[in-house]
Amino acid sequence: MEKPLTQHIKANEPPMNISEYEKAGGYSALRKAVKEMQPKDVLKVVSDSNLRGRGGAGFPTGMKWSFVPMGDNAPKDKYLVCNADEMEPGTFKDRLLLEGNPHQLLEGMIISAYTIQANKGFVFLRWAYKTAADVILKSIAEAYKAGYLGKNILGTGYNFDLYLHTSVGRYMCGEETGLLNALEGKRATPRAKPPFPQVSGLFGKPTIVNNVETLSFIPHIINNGTEWFKELSLTGEGGTKIYGVSGKVKNPNTWELPLGTTMREIIFEHAGGMRDGLKLKGILPGGASTDFLTEEHLDVNMDFTSVGKAGSRLGTGTLIILDDKTCPVGMVHNLEHFFAQESCGWCTPCRDGLPWVEKILMSIEEGEGRMEDLDILSFHSKNLGPGRTFCALAPGAVEPLQSSLKYFRQDYEYHIKNKRCPWR
Amino acid sequence: MLSIEEQKDLEEELKIVPYKKAATIEALKVVQKHRGWVSDEGVKDIALFLEITPDEVDGVATFYNMVFRREVGRHVILLCDSVSCYILGYQQILYQLNRKLKISFGETTNDGRFTLLPIPCLGTCDHAPAMMIDNDLHRDLDPANIDSILEMYN
Repeated sequence: MEKPLTQHIKANEPPMNISEYEKAGGYSALRKAVKEMQPKDVLKVVSDSNLRGRGGAGFPTGMKWSFVPMGDNAPKDKYLVCNADEMEPGTFKDRLLLEGNPHQLLEGMIISAYTIQANKGFVFLRWAYKTAADVILKSIAEAYKAGYLGKNILGTGYNFDLYLHTSVGRYMCGEETGLLNALEGKRATPRAKPPFPQVSGLFGKPTIVNNVETLSFIPHIINNGTEWFKELSLTGEGGTKIYGVSGKVKNPNTWELPLGTTMREIIFEHAGGMRDGLKLKGILPGGASTDFLTEEHLDVNMDFTSVGKAGSRLGTGTLIILDDKTCPVGMVHNLEHFFAQESCGWCTPCRDGLPWVEKILMSIEEGEGRMEDLDILSFHSKNLGPGRTFCALAPGAVEPLQSSLKYFRQDYEYHIKNKRCPWR
Repeated sequence: MLSIEEQKDLEEELKIVPYKKAATIEALKVVQKHRGWVSDEGVKDIALFLEITPDEVDGVATFYNMVFRREVGRHVILLCDSVSCYILGYQQILYQLNRKLKISFGETTNDGRFTLLPIPCLGTCDHAPAMMIDNDLHRDLDPANIDSILEMYN
């Protein structure tokens, strides 16, 4: 089984430096792209591969890039930004790639920047990832020295400067336009779309924002081609995926597996199944902002389409497992506390709705809930859903809420009827 | 006034951004690095340097949880209270910290040694529960080990 993204990552060892990376075939894709291919050729390969964004939304990468104005009339400044603000609760996959193979990411970024003819780029990194910050700074310096960054890259006349920006917190920085506002030194509130960042993004210039895992794939697609990429997956969506499992399983960890691996295989083979004496009660398949699934969905393939059909989202592909000794109401309360706290306050439904949801959940958990509260929670699930708010934070926040009301309704009712949490 | 060292730290950033105001977050980071936190005086110093108003600086400063607008202790404990750490029982770690340090979330010990703050997911969920103290990540926390971890910070 091929593991292109993680083949050179060894646990508890520092990542490859630039010469080790080059010896392993590194920067050959960049050489090929800038010397033998036109930007439009690279775009075609990435589009044909059908690579979809690994940050959570799954937007086709090639299509995103295709909206950037090109040619002589395009603005002189264009930006490529790597979203390394991994802050979705329960998500720890980009950390692996950032700490484990920084040059792979840089090579992917330079090829991507060349494709849209960006002249400046940023790695937008979460403040908490101190090790990643160190290795990225070191790798950027190495890449400049080797002529892969800066002026006249590999003698082709193409210029690209890359900088590291470490954040100062807030979940909103992971939202594409919130991230751009943060990079401009402002509050990380979302922007109205259109105009889309591809046309008017950072400092009003065309900007592409891609996730770490997405960008890390680019060198491999350029080297090995679209057919190779498609065959990596089990279900035709292309590529491998860094999956992760957290919660009370025997072996929580991350693994690079074919996209479309079943939840059963991920949870029971790779994560070793539940700890002794515990049963699986629920699954958040792709981070905090995805709908719960349950045991009946274990044979669902973890790809964009299949998880969607099952009623949730692939999201970040890192599964959070709810066991039968943990209170589902308490878990949802914890999730909604996070979303209410991280709401940026820009639009009213999210700013006012989420704290209301959090307070109701707290009262139910404390044994002070009423049956009508469940209707109020359902009401909020709909009215904070897609199309009602400025960005995707609130719609994401109500995904685990609405599905918990569906799958764990009897647990909510038990709390209300017996005026206590049965798990306490 | 920003100190000479602070101004020097901002030089590189000012070369990257198209106008000074865009360096607001970087300036807040620099002031916090040198002074430990960002006081009203610090906000005014940044405003003067970037040629914007103190309110504009504070609007940004108060948005971000890692900009400290109140004085913090010599060491800042950031305990993850997000979902995976909830399932793995961060509450017991919190209880142990509360008991040992006699402070709750948002408070600083009387001797100014520790400030305790909640933090969203630290991205190390396979090793929950987790916390950071200053720049160090502590994982797979057990209430029994908390005392010895705290002893590493004076």
